[in-house]
Amino acid sequence: MSANVNTALPLEYQREQDRMNILGFWIFLGAEIILFATLFGVYGVLYQRYAGGPTHQDIIVIKDVMIQTVLLLTSSFTMGLAIFEMRRHNLKGLIAWFVVTLLLGGGFLFMEINEFIHYVHEGATMQTSAFLSSLFVLLGTHGAHVTLGIGWATMVIIQLLKRGLTPVTARKTFIIGLYWHFLDVVWIFIFTFVYLKGLVG
Amino acid sequence: MMNIKWDEILITGDPLILGSQIAIVLTMVGVIAGITYLKKWKWLWTEWLTTVDHKKIGVMYIIAGVLMFFRGGVDGLLMKAQTARPEMEFLNAQHYNEVFTTHGVIMIIFMAMPMLIGIMNVVIPLQIGARDVAFPQLNALSFWLFFSGAMLFNISFVVGGSPDAGWTSYFPLAGKEFSPSIANNYYAVALQIAGIGTLISGINFIVTILKMRTKGMTLMKMPMFTWTGFITSIIIVAAFPIFTVALALMTTDRLYGTHFFTLSGGGLDMLWANLFWLWGHPEVYILILPAFGIYSEVISTFSRKSLYGYKSMIVSIVSIAILSMLVWVHHFFTMGSGPTVNSIFSISTMLIAVPTGIKIFNWLFTMRKGRIKMTTPMLWALAFIPCFLIGGVTGVMLGMGAADFQYHNTLFLVAHFHYTIIPGVVFAVFAGIYYWWPKMFGFMLNEKIGKWHFWLFVIGFNLTFFPMFFLGLDGAVRRAYTYSAESGFASLFGLSAIGAAILALGFAAFCYNIYWSIRHADRNISSDPWDARTLEWSTASPVQYYNFAKLPEVNRLDAFWHMKKEHQGLTLKESEIEEIHMPSNSGLPIFMGAVFGIAGFFLVFEWHIAAAIAGIGIIAGLIIRSFDYDDGYHVKVNEIKSIEKSWRNVEGEVHDHVS
Repeated sequence: MSANVNTALPLEYQREQDRMNILGFWIFLGAEIILFATLFGVYGVLYQRYAGGPTHQDIIVIKDVMIQTVLLLTSSFTMGLAIFEMRRHNLKGLIAWFVVTLLLGGGFLFMEINEFIHYVHEGATMQTSAFLSSLFVLLGTHGAHVTLGIGWATMVIIQLLKRGLTPVTARKTFIIGLYWHFLDVVWIFIFTFVYLKGLVG
Repeated sequence: MMNIKWDEILITGDPLILGSQIAIVLTMVGVIAGITYLKKWKWLWTEWLTTVDHKKIGVMYIIAGVLMFFRGGVDGLLMKAQTARPEMEFLNAQHYNEVFTTHGVIMIIFMAMPMLIGIMNVVIPLQIGARDVAFPQLNALSFWLFFSGAMLFNISFVVGGSPDAGWTSYFPLAGKEFSPSIANNYYAVALQIAGIGTLISGINFIVTILKMRTKGMTLMKMPMFTWTGFITSIIIVAAFPIFTVALALMTTDRLYGTHFFTLSGGGLDMLWANLFWLWGHPEVYILILPAFGIYSEVISTFSRKSLYGYKSMIVSIVSIAILSMLVWVHHFFTMGSGPTVNSIFSISTMLIAVPTGIKIFNWLFTMRKGRIKMTTPMLWALAFIPCFLIGGVTGVMLGMGAADFQYHNTLFLVAHFHYTIIPGVVFAVFAGIYYWWPKMFGFMLNEKIGKWHFWLFVIGFNLTFFPMFFLGLDGAVRRAYTYSAESGFASLFGLSAIGAAILALGFAAFCYNIYWSIRHADRNISSDPWDARTLEWSTASPVQYYNFAKLPEVNRLDAFWHMKKEHQGLTLKESEIEEIHMPSNSGLPIFMGAVFGIAGFFLVFEWHIAAAIAGIGIIAGLIIRSFDYDDGYHVKVNEIKSIEKSWRNVEGEVHDHVS
């Protein structure tokens, strides 16, 4: 299974098993799209069912949400730079941008946790109304993905430090890069349909 | 909060359940003592529990499926016993609710699914000429997650209480307001764990089929069973995440007081029904498509002809897959979404009859002018066509929105879906087991007992479910635990109960056949006893662990059939043998299954701290996997030579089944 090596390709695509892992991950992302689409669908059904509780306008602090958005979008850009350095076989550059990415991701997570604490202080918990249940679960699922991504990426960084750039570590880095960009795309939808639409509608 | 109430954990006071508890404990003690006495622990661990071999994983799926068939079948018999006479007091209403709930869940999720995924596991890599699936260790993880979910669900009736809100678990009934005990938590948690395993399987098979086909096997030269497995995997990836979300929301509603499906706080109970069937209807086709694939292989083999209309078969399964996503509302026409919506879903539902009809005609035309061999697998395929047709035609009746208001929630519907799922899936599973049994184990199941099994099962099935159409039309509702003598239902219900007993005898004959064949069947058989057409028959029976000494090369459909006719590619020169790279066994998948099961159990009982601690085990498993750089091992040329010699030389002096 490890046969069929093509050294003309980028490091992460050289071995057949790694090519299969990358394809498998794309299909997994397809499943993730369905998962988030379902959560958006649920939110779309429930988002005006306030049950007498707080509405979007009552709780959203758009300034904080903007900061979160900038942090996460920037982290996606730096993730791209990390993969760019990987393609240039520059391990130091790769790790540096990788760490910057995770710091930005950590900043996003910090802001999001604060946002949740703020909501709860305003009396908006996920038990309050159907709207808030769907809001918390949609945001929470995205936030849990970011958390998992940070933990996972830390494992990959340790392996990069230990083993350097090999087809396997390159593939692992590439795959978490895909994952990270995917979370960014989901956030763009959250920002548009939850926050902006919530403040307008 | 961890105030454990032991009297709520162990179910007491019911003689049936007490008997089961004692039986479970005795069986477990017996199994453990037996393995210890025979000194088989090490063998069990290295050969089975830690295996990543797709064939062994497939066999474990099938064994689990047969066990679950027994459990779900006992549930079915209990129901039939309770309704055999009017005003019976064998089961009370609550117990009856639990029994029909677990019957449905177990038969669909823990019987039909593992049987089919098991057969896919055994057969697909062999049919495409590969040495394993794309991700062997993930494949083992899929199995152990499924197994863990199945065990968690199954202990519910002795520990904590069975779910009792139906296999669809509709809200608001399934919510905390109306089902306050922990019983329905089992549904939410156990199905979630098993569902993750299924999703991983789907991804695994898509990559396997896209990337690991042997030289020359283009997509349009793939055997039909592999095609159906491929499309089924795509439906799994498209549909299971919806169920993942639905179950997660059910869990937060029940455990953390959210308002997705509740009556209070702005929740919407019908949102659950929509999400459930957005997964649930595609799920029906996840089951039926591989079954169609099995029939295609069996009918083609025993008609001694290529499958008729190969391309139209593929167009049909792809259109069935697309339509499967567009019909979910027909499960609740009575929701009140209005005539326009109901009409659209009526039409999309009836459209499914078109590709399905094409497939039926293709099978009939495959048999036309074929030299048909009446083997046991072929008998199942032949019985499938008329029985399934009854299921399909009544499905079109139910699909008419306006008419459905009459049939809705009656036994007519119950008869309909048993007429689709039993001939569609169960007959196919039996056909597949009889057909591929020699490939899995190197001996055949007995044909004579097989015919007893077939006739008892098919007659029992029709006798059980045909009367239920008429009961339903007469107004007998589903899920009612009893009926009055004045209703006039007694004779049809009685007939149905007799049918169920015959059905059970059929299953017993199947089990006896397995026992008899293990003891007495001829071991000296050809590796191709059915004179079959696809690549799995070109290698040894049972298949050597590396599948193929040299990967076969194909240039047309039914490759092995033509290889035999042209005497090409059947022999192996010693100089052609090279070292083979194989994946290593791993204990991690079974460890993950165990911690998922433990965390799930704590979650069911709402012991959140304990669940979180068990959750650390899951994270630990992921970290261990991340740092695992085991790259497998190489099988030496000498070992391959001796294995290949051991089965290739006996050709010509074996007992060929098909003369």
